[in-house]
Amino acid sequence: MVTTPLLSIGVEPLRVDGLVSAVSGEGDGAVVSFLGLVRNHNAGRRVRYLEYEAYEPLALKVFERIAAEARERWPGVRFGLQHRIGHLEIGEASVAIAAASAHRADAFAACRYAIERVKQIAPIWKHEFFEGGDVWIEGATADPEDRRARAEAERVACA
Amino acid sequence: MRVTVRLFARLRDVAGASELAREVAPGATVGAVWAQLTREFPDFAAYERSISSAVNADYARMDREVRDGDEIAFLPPVSGGSDQGPRPRQNAD
Repeated sequence: MVTTPLLSIGVEPLRVDGLVSAVSGEGDGAVVSFLGLVRNHNAGRRVRYLEYEAYEPLALKVFERIAAEARERWPGVRFGLQHRIGHLEIGEASVAIAAASAHRADAFAACRYAIERVKQIAPIWKHEFFEGGDVWIEGATADPEDRRARAEAERVACA
Repeated sequence: MRVTVRLFARLRDVAGASELAREVAPGATVGAVWAQLTREFPDFAAYERSISSAVNADYARMDREVRDGDEIAFLPPVSGGSDQGPRPRQNAD
């Protein structure tokens, strides 16, 4: 039997249906899934494709940390997170998240929280190749101990 | 003592390598390793305030003392948040 790892990072295409069934159980009334896609435009540029790079062992630890944070905030939520790296074409999924819970509010919130935290603290970088050049996308300084960032992710999740 | 330095994304491009072996003084901190690299790769200086670091695949502060054989990673800002990265590099026509 093939089991779907709940937390993973790798070059294989993502399958959100596997993640959804891996997190859901008979006591769950809701499962919320999220897929992050490669879009064809960014900051006025026509994007051709993306290459994702990660510090993989640290990324996996960060996913575990995010799962623990989500469980602490929304006890009872079961949670899966998979990130893809390498070459991704337009329309392909770079990240898949699924959160299952007895009630939908917690599932929605935990799923949103997770993607906000991934963006803040996962050591994953996006190299954008667009028509006319390329650029590394650099956003936030990754600091898992930054309480303000965590509070902001929680605020967005519960908005 | 000797450490392995791991570099990612644009830092890797600037250095031209994803992994470097470097001699560092006993008692050196992560910050001292960074300072040493900045002398070697002046373009690293632009990352002074935005860099994160890790020791043996765990986030660590710049004042952390390194040990012989440690793997020190320097992490440029990650993809999330606002798009305030370096200016796009235009292809020459």
